[in-house]
Amino acid sequence: MHIANSSLLKRCAMAALVLGSSAFAAGGDAAGPAPSFTLTTLAGQPGGLGEYKGQVVMVNFWATWCGPCQQEMPLLDQMYKKYKPAGFTLIGVNVDKESPAVKELLARKPVSFPVLLDPANQVSKAYHVDEMPSSVIIDRKGQIRYVHRGYKPGDENDYQDLIRKLIRE
Amino acid sequence: MRLRPVLTLSAVLLFSACSIQPWVKPYERDRLADPIMAWDRDAISSGYMDHIRESREGSRGATGGAGGGCGCN
Amino acid sequence: MARRQRIFARAAVIAALLLVRSTSADVLPDDRADLFYSKYSGGGMDITGESALVRKKITENWAVEANYFVDKVSGASIDVLSQASVIKDTRKQKTGTIEYLHDKTTYTASYINSVERDYVSNTASFSLSQDMFGDLTTVTLGYAKTNDKVGENNGTAWVPIIDWLGYAQTSSYSGGISQIITKNFIAGVNLQVITDSGYLANPYRSIRYLDSSNPKGYSLASQVYPDTHTSTAVTVQGKYYLPYRAAVTASYRYYTDTWGVVGNTVELDYTHPIKNIWILEGRARYYKQGQATFYSDLFPFADSQNFTARDQNLAALDNYTLGAKATYAFLPDGWKFFKRATVTLDISRIRFNYTDFRNIKYYGVPQYPPGTEPLYYFNATVSQIYVSMFF
Repeated sequence: MHIANSSLLKRCAMAALVLGSSAFAAGGDAAGPAPSFTLTTLAGQPGGLGEYKGQVVMVNFWATWCGPCQQEMPLLDQMYKKYKPAGFTLIGVNVDKESPAVKELLARKPVSFPVLLDPANQVSKAYHVDEMPSSVIIDRKGQIRYVHRGYKPGDENDYQDLIRKLIRE
Repeated sequence: MRLRPVLTLSAVLLFSACSIQPWVKPYERDRLADPIMAWDRDAISSGYMDHIRESREGSRGATGGAGGGCGCN
Repeated sequence: MARRQRIFARAAVIAALLLVRSTSADVLPDDRADLFYSKYSGGGMDITGESALVRKKITENWAVEANYFVDKVSGASIDVLSQASVIKDTRKQKTGTIEYLHDKTTYTASYINSVERDYVSNTASFSLSQDMFGDLTTVTLGYAKTNDKVGENNGTAWVPIIDWLGYAQTSSYSGGISQIITKNFIAGVNLQVITDSGYLANPYRSIRYLDSSNPKGYSLASQVYPDTHTSTAVTVQGKYYLPYRAAVTASYRYYTDTWGVVGNTVELDYTHPIKNIWILEGRARYYKQGQATFYSDLFPFADSQNFTARDQNLAALDNYTLGAKATYAFLPDGWKFFKRATVTLDISRIRFNYTDFRNIKYYGVPQYPPGTEPLYYFNATVSQIYVSMFF
């Protein structure tokens, strides 16, 4: 009996190998134009991807209950301050269902990059977020170029390499 | 003769597993990540209670739990 | 004498064989240090336990843990038959654990060494925990091997004379699956098969048999245990997050072994946090077991069976536990290098009822011919207090 759809099997196996070996997936099934979105900040102000046309944007999905997310925040903040003058923006999209914990966390450990709230998880769904935290790096033309899943100390170096590369384009 | 269909089915199931989309998304795990949802918050205490039980009862084993949490990596 | 210690030693080692206590293979748990003090009072025994634990991540992937535990027993157990002697003994246990996390798999290896005057036990264990299917499923497998040296103190608590009687070996195989069902509900199934061989009896306990030539109506003899024992336990458990911030846990365990003991355990737990300062917990547990095939409180005559036991652990019994626990975070948001620090008080009250083990207090009392003494029951209180510091 022949295994039906052996090419599906091969693709699945390849995907598993690739995903397993590296937290970075080049675009993959998320490649293409970055879905636009408009959310609100903690202060109630609107904010979205559209404001940063022509810049290299990193959208970082995080939550107050996610340990590795907390770990990378200060490093993301440093990265934001460093590359902002060169045309880079970092948008933190928080996925908590309720905002009091977000407010309390940011009051204790403030960041300078914009933080938008996605309590209904619409943006997370649109970006096919399948790991916490996830960072989606978008080029100046608005195309998704890289999706980084999870965070381990040292990943911030990988982020910086990619951002520098996209800034130079 | 019987083995091939079984192997095939197992292989298909195993590989198709990588196409099962998790029905609880990573950004929906806030409650599961809450410390009150951990199977065991205090290992010394639960280990000690198991120890007391097993010294007075004829049963032993199968206590403990794994998994859950935020699923972050 | 260390009869209570004997059971504790074996129990501690077996407790250590259990499934990886609690892990989620996404990140290694936080660094922590715990100081623990406990007291068990019941059935004429007082046992204190003191423990210190330190856990530290070496890198993001490697962690080590060290634990030192001291049990001190004093009192006279209900099953002291020959002498009303005072028991005083100390057991020291050291555990070292290494954990390695790679991607979605956590590997754990540990070594436990337990020493008391008449019992030495060493256990090596290994387990593996794997997250799969979008981190909704965790599969755990474990194996442990124990070697014990069993002795008997024929002296006193203060001037011991140890006779080494034999050895015992234990192998434990465990497996478990934990599955996230909904965003509010996680369930799990655990299976553990333990097999031991060698010197498995408690040398301090005796059986009794009807003997009309004895004024008391009965005589004592040594227990005779099989030299092998295999047990299987299966637990099904679930944890559910209520509509407000609280969790309920329910579990059921079925146990059966080659000695004929069948045990059923049901446990219910309710956890209620208050902001990020307090966590209150209430629990109720019911346990019922049937006796071992070769157990009897009173045998009809000497050598009536190949195997004979009168160890109350193998009797038909049930017990009820009610417990309450309160954890207070005195450093909820940390201070300097502490992320968080808590203090916990946990008190349980257990009531034991035996249906075929009689109260030794009435042995030899003329009003109660052997085999008609009132059945034994007792209450025990277990208190624990510990401080946990997270880094």
